[in-house]
Amino acid sequence: MSADTERELPLGALTRVEGQGTLRLRLRGDRIVDSRLSVYEPPRFFEAFLRGRSYTEPPDITSRVCGICPVAYQMSACRALEDACGVTVGGQLAALRRLLYCGEWIESQTLHIYLLHAPDFFGCSDIVELARLSTADVERGLRLKQAGNAIVELLGGRSIHPVNVRLGGFHRVPARTELRPLRERLRRARDDAEATVRWVAGFDFPDATSDHDFFALAEPGTYAIESGTPTVLPAPGAETQAPRTFPLSAFSEHVVEHQVPYSTALQARLDGRRHLAGSLARFAISGRWLPPEIRELAREAALGDPAGGAVCRNPFRSIVVRALEVLYAVQEALRVIDEYEPPPASHVDVPARAGTGHGATEAPRGLLYHRYTLDADGTVTDAVLVPPTSQNQGAIEEDVRRVLEARLTAGRASDEELAALSERAVRNHDPCISCSAHFLRLSVTREE
Amino acid sequence: MSDEEPEDARPRLAVWKFASCDGCQLTLLDCEDDLLALSGKVEVAFFHEAVTAPDEGTYDVSLVDGSITTPEDAERVQHVRAVSRRLVTLGACATAGGIQALRNYADVAEFRAAVYARDEYIDTLATSTPISAHVPVDFELRGCPIDRGQLLEVITAYLAGRTPDTPAHSVCFECKRRGTPCIVVARGIPCLGPVTHAGCGALCPAYGRGCYGCFGPSYSTKFPAFIPLLRRDGMTTLDIVRVLRTFNTAAPEFDAASRQEELG
Repeated sequence: MSADTERELPLGALTRVEGQGTLRLRLRGDRIVDSRLSVYEPPRFFEAFLRGRSYTEPPDITSRVCGICPVAYQMSACRALEDACGVTVGGQLAALRRLLYCGEWIESQTLHIYLLHAPDFFGCSDIVELARLSTADVERGLRLKQAGNAIVELLGGRSIHPVNVRLGGFHRVPARTELRPLRERLRRARDDAEATVRWVAGFDFPDATSDHDFFALAEPGTYAIESGTPTVLPAPGAETQAPRTFPLSAFSEHVVEHQVPYSTALQARLDGRRHLAGSLARFAISGRWLPPEIRELAREAALGDPAGGAVCRNPFRSIVVRALEVLYAVQEALRVIDEYEPPPASHVDVPARAGTGHGATEAPRGLLYHRYTLDADGTVTDAVLVPPTSQNQGAIEEDVRRVLEARLTAGRASDEELAALSERAVRNHDPCISCSAHFLRLSVTREE
Repeated sequence: MSDEEPEDARPRLAVWKFASCDGCQLTLLDCEDDLLALSGKVEVAFFHEAVTAPDEGTYDVSLVDGSITTPEDAERVQHVRAVSRRLVTLGACATAGGIQALRNYADVAEFRAAVYARDEYIDTLATSTPISAHVPVDFELRGCPIDRGQLLEVITAYLAGRTPDTPAHSVCFECKRRGTPCIVVARGIPCLGPVTHAGCGALCPAYGRGCYGCFGPSYSTKFPAFIPLLRRDGMTTLDIVRVLRTFNTAAPEFDAASRQEELG
């Protein structure tokens, strides 16, 4: 490549991410002058066609935003609509929701760890190639993923777009005996999840540091999944270092989405700064609430002591945090099953009333916010969905820029190597851009 | 595992994505037990979500997820057809246009302005259409999402050179087979089972809920006889229009019935 020509190279699609988009990079010397993640997923207009629907429908309808995390959409929708109607779901119904969500965390995080992310650390193109190198590891991953699917299938009817969730709870709740077979399976899954943590902790991680503000729900006493208060942990260098929280009803004042010309996904900023939601943020904000044996594993995996507020800022290590979260979800699922007593009714009544409701839960990839406004008969008049990947887009672009600059500072690199490295930097955040997007194609423009 | 056979002897499989939630192609990755066995029999040659490999050459079977909603995708599906010996659509989006076909009843410019502040950046078609509206399709799998067993049946059938065997009768048959008492008869819960295509295994009634039609119309829908039953069980005109206008809203039978219902 000649020193002073500017060129744009289509380097092929960014693969092993969910949904489709493009990464465009402009280089001048060893500086990345611009890094843009464009999401080309055709727009599907959920927020528009939700208007005019009944308030009972968004849990089923919005699950179709994302086949990877449908439970997250169902849970955020239920919480927002129940908030609008002034209803709180507690007790065993809330516990069953957490169990269902744990199922999705296990299967979705394991899918990312084994099928999408791990091949990067072995230089493999996919899981089939990885399976040839290390059959036992891949078999363990598939078995673990299956355990998560089994929870969602039992409680929800099927693992993709489960049918059993409704406002106020479920259409049908299981008897204690129905949950018993899950326990056997989850005991095995606990061993598999622990082995997964040890496996991924042994990978070779490139050096990298990010400086995004972390953003996750927090709920004292537990590792927040299906409820909590929005909490911000500022990056080193931010004006104020103290963590801060705000009420969910103020979400739209703090997290502001804006549109960029190169993407069908809206991008969000938090109080005017770049932020990151997802595993790294949750670990930093809720890590102290992990049970002691998982905190011990985190220490062994070189993530520091979560009880002392350990923070992991190397995005390549997110795979280790994700593995810890899978182990936590397996243990939580076992706990909920052990403590389960069937509730008196499968759901509580949620009568319609006029108003606006807010709901947020921790999707596997990060905080997912829904807001609905209803009129008195329960017709939806306004709907807002803020998925984690739209929040993380700015952080992903910045990570790609940093990782490539670090590589270029170390010496010349081929376009193929840069492409592979930037794909890895994107994959670190398990982006799920089907919520808005298409074709991740990488193009590099060099200005030297 | 693939080590036993030379790679180029295996049929080539491709997975393509258009407007969708990714759930149907994810079903392929959900075939955990069968995934590695399957990978020994077919070469998964092109599958963005799971495999880093470029689109090259031709494919024995193409699985297509998603509907056509942009001018580029209308072009791209022609390419998919041209390089595929067999083209199978996966699920409600690819087979019937999906939930995003709700735009077909609205003004898409208004939709665009409702979601995006600067709607001139967004290039989209006024309608969401199934793959069959653009190119010939060899087989259509139903469902939102598709059923894992049916997906494996289709792939296995094409590998064996036979026609896939997926029943086209209604969900009612599946309730009978599953031994679920009819929730309409026993509990008065409205249910789309009698007009909905089989394939899910009659999940919703087993969970105490009426079928909501996510597999689209069965091969014999008699809406003039069926709609009064929904009314008898408490549904209003608006309820009926809404339940028909979800994930298979653009399937011709559901579309016609919902328009008829609106006219009154």
